[in-house]
Amino acid sequence: MLRYVIRRLISLGLSLLVASALIFSVVELVPGDPASFMLGTGAQPETVAALRQQMGLDLPLPLRYLHWLGGVLTGDLGHSFTYKTPVAGMILDRMQVSLPLALMALALAVLIALPIGMFAAARRGRTGDTAVMGATQIGIALPNFWFAMLLVLLFAVNLRWLPAGGFPGWSHPGAALKSLLLPAVALALPQAAILARVLRSALVETLGQDYIRTARAKGLTAGQVLSRHALRNALIPVLTILGMQFSFLLAGAIIIENVFYLPGLGRLIFQAITQRDLIVVQSAVLVLVAAVILVTFLVDLSYALVDPRLRK
Amino acid sequence: MRASLILGTLLSGLALAAALASFVWTPADVTQLAIAQKLLPPSGQHWLGTDHFGRDMLSMIMVGARTSIAVALVAVGIGMGFGVPLGLLAAARSGGWLDEVVMRGNDLVFAFPSLVIAILITAVLGPSALNAIIAIGIFNIPVFARVTRGGALPIWTLDYIRAAQVAGKGAGRISIQHILPNIANLLIVQGTIQFSLGILAEAGLSYVGLGAQPPTPSWGRMLAEAQTMVALAPHVAIIPGLAIVVTVLGLNLLGDGLRDALDPRLRRSP
Repeated sequence: MLRYVIRRLISLGLSLLVASALIFSVVELVPGDPASFMLGTGAQPETVAALRQQMGLDLPLPLRYLHWLGGVLTGDLGHSFTYKTPVAGMILDRMQVSLPLALMALALAVLIALPIGMFAAARRGRTGDTAVMGATQIGIALPNFWFAMLLVLLFAVNLRWLPAGGFPGWSHPGAALKSLLLPAVALALPQAAILARVLRSALVETLGQDYIRTARAKGLTAGQVLSRHALRNALIPVLTILGMQFSFLLAGAIIIENVFYLPGLGRLIFQAITQRDLIVVQSAVLVLVAAVILVTFLVDLSYALVDPRLRK
Repeated sequence: MRASLILGTLLSGLALAAALASFVWTPADVTQLAIAQKLLPPSGQHWLGTDHFGRDMLSMIMVGARTSIAVALVAVGIGMGFGVPLGLLAAARSGGWLDEVVMRGNDLVFAFPSLVIAILITAVLGPSALNAIIAIGIFNIPVFARVTRGGALPIWTLDYIRAAQVAGKGAGRISIQHILPNIANLLIVQGTIQFSLGILAEAGLSYVGLGAQPPTPSWGRMLAEAQTMVALAPHVAIIPGLAIVVTVLGLNLLGDGLRDALDPRLRRSP
């Protein structure tokens, strides 16, 4: 197990390194010089040159990458050109919105998917199964930002139960949770539909196994077999999908945050792109990608814990 | 399961027909602004109502279908064009360094939230339908490479491949003449799925302003423009979304139906 963990750790480090190099070079490709962009068109060439030097833009590319990477490793992500504040602090601030949003959406997706998947599996092949699976097909086809607009139309504009957008900050926990609810539901529903389908097919497969027949034969009811034996064994594919969904949720949050004007990481990336605040774009994207790589790593590790055969 | 094939063909056929018909006929000119007739609800004259510039929504949806389908289709083409050869190569040299490089490269691309990178790419190259195609297409490459490799590996162990090798055929010829036809089913099904994901991705990108630019109508941008008017005229927000749902649903059902129809193991006696 230890050797497995070490091997996975090395590949985790490599992935993060390559990812950081990729992000750095893609952002470097952005046309236009940030220094002249910041100073405007009327700036003197000497002023631009001085700012370029101050920002380290006159250094060769590999050196700038190493410089940036060194900063990332020590928690110094540089300073935003437009906000004049440390990028690390900005990202931490925005994470306080994005992370709870993604986690809330993930929790909602699981809460919706579990009963639906179990219901469909218990009634496999019957009308209830067909109806529920048909509904999940529609759920998968929903663009989450459109679903978000419909939710706003119903719950914010017509019923006035929940806010249509904005975020009051965590000093008002109740109001903050309320303003994250609609975005989380919008993010969760399409993911719940996928999860429910995976859970159903995993359950249907386990329900065909011999030990399930044994459990039934020793007198357990169908419901007991489902919750005690089948569900536990169907969890591996569900776990895989959950790990992947975290990545979808983070990415989906970028668009949803824009629908609801939430000051999260996604909105930060957008604003930074339009303002050519490249250091912010680089670092924020790196944080997102690193989070996804880390989650994948943790999911891999948890498999190895659950299933010894995977440790090879 | 036949039902999903039929329904899927009908729904995705509807979107395709709308896109094709828009080349020769639309109820109204989508470049014609008529502010006096803005935000009209659906009526006999404008079946799906009008938008905030008084443009006929039905015509906008029809022309928008073109954008969505073209972007998603070309993105699938890019994914297949690069991904399938890569996957075939990886399978032919299974276990070798080339296989390792292709598969680790794939892992890496999978680690990136696709939308984040699509946003980065369009931010670097500038927002346009073409760059949306590139951004979505790049993410289709590892998907097709993986499906191709996964499908090809078991076939390489079969006797008739041995026979072909003994007969002196090289790995390239075997891949094209024997492997490819045998995994065509897999690729068609995956193509349908990626097509539907491409439509969703295009809608998302143009919703945030990184896809097709005005005046080219696109479903995602119609939704973005409708966002501020959703309370005034809900139909401008509901209709483009429905168009997306119908198309994506149709393609997903078609993919499911094709998988069942093409895979003899899943085919049950009626």
